[in-house]
Amino acid sequence: MNIDAFWIILTGALVAICCSLLGCFLILRRMAMVGDAISHAVLPGIVLAFLFSGSREVWTMLIGAALLGVACTFLIEFFHKKARVQADASIGVTFTTLFALGIILISVYAGKVDLDQDCVLYGEIAYVPLDIWLTESGMNLGPRTVWIIGGVLVVLLLFITIFYKQLYLTSFDPAFATAIGLSTTLWYYLLMGAVSLTTVAAFESVGAILVVALMVGPPATAYLLTDDLKKMLIISALAGTIASAAGFYLALWLNGSVAGAISAVIGLQFLLAFVFSPGHGLLAKRRQPVAVMKANA
Amino acid sequence: MIQHVTNPVLEVHDLTVSYQRKPVLWDVDLTLPQQALVGIIGPNGAGKSTLIKAIMGLLPLNSGFVELFGKPLEEVRKRVSYVPQRESVDWDFPASALDVAMMGTYGQLGLFRRPGSREKKLAMEALEKVGMQDFAHRQISQLSGGQQQRVFLSRALAQDADLYLMDEPFAGVDIATETAIIELLRQMRDNGKTVVVVHHDLQSAQDYFDWIILLNMRLVASGPTEETLTPPLLEKTYGGRLTELSRVSELLQKKQFPIRETKPTRK
Repeated sequence: MNIDAFWIILTGALVAICCSLLGCFLILRRMAMVGDAISHAVLPGIVLAFLFSGSREVWTMLIGAALLGVACTFLIEFFHKKARVQADASIGVTFTTLFALGIILISVYAGKVDLDQDCVLYGEIAYVPLDIWLTESGMNLGPRTVWIIGGVLVVLLLFITIFYKQLYLTSFDPAFATAIGLSTTLWYYLLMGAVSLTTVAAFESVGAILVVALMVGPPATAYLLTDDLKKMLIISALAGTIASAAGFYLALWLNGSVAGAISAVIGLQFLLAFVFSPGHGLLAKRRQPVAVMKANA
Repeated sequence: MIQHVTNPVLEVHDLTVSYQRKPVLWDVDLTLPQQALVGIIGPNGAGKSTLIKAIMGLLPLNSGFVELFGKPLEEVRKRVSYVPQRESVDWDFPASALDVAMMGTYGQLGLFRRPGSREKKLAMEALEKVGMQDFAHRQISQLSGGQQQRVFLSRALAQDADLYLMDEPFAGVDIATETAIIELLRQMRDNGKTVVVVHHDLQSAQDYFDWIILLNMRLVASGPTEETLTPPLLEKTYGGRLTELSRVSELLQKKQFPIRETKPTRK
């Protein structure tokens, strides 16, 4: 394995672990598409950050994007709670509007903004090794993306391990959580803040589509394989990691898009879990009625 | 007929709650005694669940206040336990019966501490009290409705509170489970706890509770069962609804007979 392949797989795996851990909580809250929403809604943030600062420096863009990401989750919650629109409708209307706003901004300031929408949406994980972080003394520390995503992963792992019980309870039974004094709003925004941070850090390198695939696919696969949230988190992180490594070699073999190959592997994993899962799988369900009848007899 | 008590466990003062400007509870004012099994009775949409949600601070109040043990909720949260309606949560959630029972201990743990062996033991004891110890590791979607309700109760027991507010604990459970649950609630009352239950069935209400709250948006009555479960007050609560009225007349007929001898006695 050459060093470039190593960096690409490592980046993919780090992004996969971040996304799939958060995705577990999102699908249990029936908010799986929030990742999709955030990754699109950040576009106006990026354009505005560029227009105000005039530079394409990474940090300004990330801050602009992160702000819009959090604003997007705020709007989703606002429409859902205050206007009593269904959560999925609220997600849909919010992110399409924000994304459209971004597109309009780009087209109006077309002359001034040198941004590529394709780049925002699809990213390119294969370019990860090109953006190397060099210290002032010229030491090669590896791709900058790896450091950013690695940092996000450390923050996420701390967040989930320390506050597991709060995330667990507010996802399962918000009324009871409020009754014992946990603020469901606070934990909602902390979780959404984490999703926003992850999406923004990841989409620049791997693209929005892959972020969405990783946030929904591996958690859905893990959900089929276990009845325990802790195991679900571990399985989904593993599935995401395997998908990013397998996807890379699939892309190499096909000489195709890495992000596309990773997403395809994620879909395949889900299909396998759907058919073969011991508890919820198609085959297990077919056998179950017999077992139940025996138990009753 | 609204009877007030001194040194109440729960005081609701001039409470008004509305959903989107439509009032659901109007000027409710009541106090509850210590060590009692209290039933909240009323027709559908009378605001029964709303009342206990408002007491638990889950809904914004338009006016009035609630005091528990003479203090605002924030100061005595650990002494109060809330059992939501069973349908309010997703039972396909990846959790076992033990996991749910353990949630009852979270309130004592604070921000950073994680549940350990002590909490697990408490949760196991709570499951034993409701007869669910053999199902501790079963995923909650694989439990029957009555078993799920018992798991919810075990979570409340694990909280070890002094006041329990339960939203329809008898909804969708079979008669055996209902008997087991009411037996448990009686034990809790005998140990000095106050248990408030939202209840649907008029006939069993007579036997189950020693204090009754009759509610239909406004408070119709609050007092000892013998004084509140009377035909005029029931008629006032249920209004002119045909089906409900026939039930009231059924109850009237029963009153002419010594029902205490045929039904399980109230302890």
